[in-house]
Amino acid sequence: MSATSAATPPQQRATGGAGRPADPRRGSTLLRHLAVAAVAGLLLLGLSYAVEPFRNFQIATVAAYLCATAGLTVLTGLNGQLSLGHGALMATGAYTVALCQNAFYDRGATGGLLLLVSLAAAVVVTVAVGAVVGVAAARLRGPYLAGVTLAVAVVVPALTVTFNGVFNGEQGLSVPVEPPPLALGAYFPYERWQLWIAGAATLLTLLLLANLVRSRYGRTFRAVRDDEVAARLAGIHVARTQVLAFVVSAATAGLGGALLAVLAQSVSPGAFGLTLSLFLLMAVVIGGLGRLAGAVWGAVLLVALPDLSHSVTDQLTLSAAAAQRLEGNLPLAIFGITLVVVMLVAPGGVQGLLSRLGRALLARWRARRS
Amino acid sequence: MFPMHRTARRGLVIASTIALLIATAACGDDGGSGPSRGNVPGVTDTEILVGTHMPLTGPAAAGYSKIAPATKAYFDYVNANGGVHGRKINYRIMDDGYNPANTQQVVRQLVLQDKVFAILNGLGTPTHTGVLDFLKTNRVPDLFVASGSRSWDQPDKYPGTFGFNPDYTVEGKILAQHVKTTMPGRKVCFLGQDDDFGRDSLAGVEKILGAAGVAVKQTYVTSNTNVAPQIGAFKAAGCQVVVLATVPGFTALSIGTAARLGFKPQWVVSNVGADHPTLAKQLGEAAPLLEGMIGGNYLPMQNDAANPWIQLFTRINKEHNGNAEFDGNTVYGMSVGYLFVQALLAAGKDLTREGVLEAVGKGGFQGPGLVPLRFSADDHSGYGGERLTRVSGGVQSYFGPAYETDEADGAVNEYTATPVQPPANGVPTGS
Amino acid sequence: MDRFVFLTLDGLSRGAVYAAFALALVLIWRAARVVNFAQGAMAVAAAYVAYSVASATGSYWLGFVVALVAGLALGALVDRAVMRYVDHASPLNPVIVALGLVLLIQAVLGMVYGSEFRPAEVPFSRGAFTVGGFAVLSPYDLFVFGAVAVVVCALAWIFARTAIGLRMRAAAFAPEVSRLLGVNVGGMLTLGWALASGVGALAAMLVIPTELGLHPHAMDLVFVSSFTAAVVGGLDSPPGALVGGLVVGLVLSYVSGYAGSDLTPLAVLVLLLAVLLVRPGGLFAPVAARRV
Repeated sequence: MSATSAATPPQQRATGGAGRPADPRRGSTLLRHLAVAAVAGLLLLGLSYAVEPFRNFQIATVAAYLCATAGLTVLTGLNGQLSLGHGALMATGAYTVALCQNAFYDRGATGGLLLLVSLAAAVVVTVAVGAVVGVAAARLRGPYLAGVTLAVAVVVPALTVTFNGVFNGEQGLSVPVEPPPLALGAYFPYERWQLWIAGAATLLTLLLLANLVRSRYGRTFRAVRDDEVAARLAGIHVARTQVLAFVVSAATAGLGGALLAVLAQSVSPGAFGLTLSLFLLMAVVIGGLGRLAGAVWGAVLLVALPDLSHSVTDQLTLSAAAAQRLEGNLPLAIFGITLVVVMLVAPGGVQGLLSRLGRALLARWRARRS
Repeated sequence: MFPMHRTARRGLVIASTIALLIATAACGDDGGSGPSRGNVPGVTDTEILVGTHMPLTGPAAAGYSKIAPATKAYFDYVNANGGVHGRKINYRIMDDGYNPANTQQVVRQLVLQDKVFAILNGLGTPTHTGVLDFLKTNRVPDLFVASGSRSWDQPDKYPGTFGFNPDYTVEGKILAQHVKTTMPGRKVCFLGQDDDFGRDSLAGVEKILGAAGVAVKQTYVTSNTNVAPQIGAFKAAGCQVVVLATVPGFTALSIGTAARLGFKPQWVVSNVGADHPTLAKQLGEAAPLLEGMIGGNYLPMQNDAANPWIQLFTRINKEHNGNAEFDGNTVYGMSVGYLFVQALLAAGKDLTREGVLEAVGKGGFQGPGLVPLRFSADDHSGYGGERLTRVSGGVQSYFGPAYETDEADGAVNEYTATPVQPPANGVPTGS
Repeated sequence: MDRFVFLTLDGLSRGAVYAAFALALVLIWRAARVVNFAQGAMAVAAAYVAYSVASATGSYWLGFVVALVAGLALGALVDRAVMRYVDHASPLNPVIVALGLVLLIQAVLGMVYGSEFRPAEVPFSRGAFTVGGFAVLSPYDLFVFGAVAVVVCALAWIFARTAIGLRMRAAAFAPEVSRLLGVNVGGMLTLGWALASGVGALAAMLVIPTELGLHPHAMDLVFVSSFTAAVVGGLDSPPGALVGGLVVGLVLSYVSGYAGSDLTPLAVLVLLLAVLLVRPGGLFAPVAARRV
C-alpha cells in the first residue's frame, strides 16, 4: 500500500475514481479543455497588456513554477509517489536549455525557433533522467522514496560543481535569449514577451496534463495510488504505471526549469537547491494536492507570498537595530506560520477550501430557488 | 452536448471582449511609452532611490548581513547633513538569501516596480552574475558589486557594471609575493572554495610561485563542513605554508581542524575570510589559534582607533546604526556608501544614469581605501591591490607597505601614496 | 595506512552523531508515522537555549542539561500545540507542517540571535591523542561516543524493560487496542515526541562544535545525512539507525578523503540506491515489510 494513498479527500476520489458511468460530456473532454485553455490564453494575453512589466515577470515566473507543480501534483496526488527531488529535475531542464542555447549562439545560429528546439531538448533530457529515477522509485514506498529523491535533490546541484568545465560551477551559465521579434514594435517590453513564452508553454502543458488525468492513464494512476493489489488484479502493470507517472511529471518539471532559466537568462545551482524541491512540495499541498487548480494556487503562492510578506514588513517603522534583525526573517516567519495554519485549518489546501465554499454557496442558492 | 455549447459560447464572448480590451490597451500603451525627458528613474528633487540585494537570511547571511545596514547608516548620516545636492538617499535593501532565483525576483522588483536609480553593492558572484544582462538591457547603473570576481570588469559587454573588491587573482598574487619573499623554500599548499573564488585565487598564487610552487591543492564545497580530509592531506604532505581562499566559516573550520590534528602551518588568508573579529567569535575559546595568521585587506582596520576614518565610521555606527557590533563588514559597508556619495557628487546636480556612469568611469576617487580604485573608461574593476595584516597578541594590524598589481602578469609593486584624511564633517565634497 | 585509520576514526565520530540524530527520526516515525523534517530546527533551538544559559552562567554542563530539557519540552510542545491538530489523513500533511515549523523556528532564531555564527563550546579538548606518530581520537570524540552509547542504552532499557516503554510501543503499534486497555495513547505520543526531540537536541549539542558553529541553519546538512542514515538502516529499526549513521559517516569521510569533497552527495545517493534497490525497506527492515 502506498504511503500517500489517502492523499485526496474521499469525495474527490469518488468523483475522480475509475469506473465512471457513461458521462454525457466524456466525448467532449478535449474540446472542453481546449476551450478553457483558449479562454485562459486570451485572459493572460489581456493581462500582459494590463499590468506593468514587473507583474508580467512575476506572472511568467508563476507560469514556470506551475509547469513543475502541475506535474508534481499528478505524481504525488494522483499516483501517490512522494518526490522531494523535483527541484533537481527542474535544474536538469534549466541546464539543458542553457547548454543548447549557448551551443546555438557559439555556432552563430540565431532565430526565435531555436528556443523551441532548446525547450524540447530540455524536456527530452529530463524525461531520460526522470525515467532512471522513476525506475528506482517504482520499487520504493513512502519515506524510502522520499529519502532517495531527497538525495537526488542534493546531488544534481552538486554535480554542477564537480563538472565545472561544462556547468561552470556555482557561478552557472548564462542563457542567451533572442529579444522579442521586431514585428511587435521596438519598444515592446521584454517582460511581456517572457510572459507570452512561459504562458504558452504552460498552457500547453496544462492542457496535456488535464487530458491525461481524464484519460485511461489517469484512471490507472489513481487505481495504483488507491490500492496496488486491486490495480494489479484489474490487469494494471503497477511498476510501469508508476514509471510513466514519474516520467510525465519529470517532463513538466524539466520544462518548468527550462522556462525559469529562459526568464532569468541564467542558471546556477544555488537556484535549484533542496529548498526549491521542498517549496514545490509545500506549494502543491497548500494549493490542494491532486488537483491542477491546486497546482495553480501553489505556484501563485510561491511567487506572491514572499513578496506579500515583504510588503507587510515594509509598512512597519522600526529602529535600525530592530530592522536589522527582522529584515528577511519576518517574511520567513510569516510564511512558516501561514503554512502551519493553512494545514491545520484547511488540510485539503486552498482548492479544497474553495470547492467546499463553492459547494456550500451552491447548496444555499439551490435551497433558495426551490 | 449542451454544456459544451454553453462553455464555448461564453468563451467566445469573453474572448471577443478581451480582444477589444487588448486593442485599446495596446494603442494606449504605445502612445505613451516614450521615455520623457528629464525624468530619471528613482530621482526626484528631494530623493534618490537606490537598491541592493544581500543575503540577510540563510547560511550565507553570517557577517554579510551587516554590510547593507552599515551603508544605509552612512547614507542616513549624509541625509542628516543635507544630503547630496539637496537630495536624500533612500536605500532599499532586499533579502535574496544568496539564492540566485530570489536575486532575479528582488532585482526586477527594485528596477521595474520601485524604479530605483541604481543597484549598489549587490552581493555575491553566483547571485549577481544572473542579473548582469537584465541590468544592462534596462540601462541601470550597477555600481560597486560586492565580490572579487573578474566578471564585473567587462566594460565592452557590461558598460554599466563596476566592481569594488580587489579581484581574487590580484589578491592571490600579492599573498604569494609575500610568501615568496619572506618564506623562501617553504612548502606551500592551497585550499580554495570550489568556484571562481578559489580558482581565480589559485591562478594568482601560481602566477607568482609557478604551478609547481604549490605542492598540494585542495578544494572544499560549502555543503560539506568536514575539512578534516583536506587538512589531513596537508599534514601528510608536510605543508609549511597554507594559503586559504575561504569564506570566514571555513577559515575558522580549517584552522580549528588543523589544531585538532596537531598541524600548525603558517596561514595566509584571503581578505574574504580574514576578518579577525568574525573568526575569533566563531572560534570562541580557540581564538588564540589565529595568532600569527597573515591576511590581506584594503580598508582601514576596524580596531585602529587612531585612524580618522574609523573614528568617523564608529561615530556614524553609534548614531545611525543602533551601535551595532563594529567589525570589518561595517567598515566595508560605510566605505561603499562613501564612494557612492562621491560618485553622485561627481555626477553633478542634474543627476542622470549616464552621468553617474561617466563620473565613475573617470575615476580618481580618494577615500578610506589604502590602495587605488582602478576605475577608468576601460577598467571597471575595483581596488587594485591590498596591504598585508598579521594577528599578533590577539590584535589584527597592518604591516609593511601596500601593494598593487593587475590580474595579468604584471609585477607586484609597492603603493606608496599617503592615505587621504576624511573631510571634517564626514561627507565628501564635490570634486 | 595511517590516512585510512585517520579517515575511519573521523568518519566514525561523525557517524555516531548521525546515528543519534537518525535514532531521533526513527523514534518519531515509530510513534507517530511522521518523518519529522523540523527535527534539525528544533534541535538548533535547544542548542541556542544552551548557548544562552552557558554564556549567562559560564557553565557548559548547566547549558548541556538545559539543552536536553529544552529539547524534551520543545518536542512535547510541538506535539501538543501543532502536530496533534494536523489531519493525518494524508501522510504529507504533517511533513508540510514540519517544513512550516522549520521556517518559523529558523526565522525566530534569526530574529532573536541574529544570523551570525556563535562559537559552540566543547567540554573536552578536541586535540587528538597521538599513538605511534599519528593522530587518533580526541577526548571530545570519546565523549561523543560515550554520550551516544549512554542514550542508546537508556532508550533500549526504557523500551524493553519499563512499563512506560511497553505502553509507548503498544500505543504506537495498536492505538485502538491500547486505548481500550487503558493506555493514555495521546500521552504516550507526546512522550515519544519529547524523547525524540531530546535525543535530537543531544545530537545538536555534540555536532555543532565540530562544524561551523551555532547558526539557525546549523543542522540542515546534518538532517540530510541523518535522514539518509535512517532510510539506509530502515525507518522502523533503531539498530538500523545506528548502523546507518555509522555507515554514512564512514562513506562521507572516505569519499572526501580519497575522491574529493564535491563527490560526497553523489556517494550518498549511490549508497542509498545500492541499499534500497536490494532491500527497499532499508537494511534492517523486517522481511515482509510490504503488505501485499
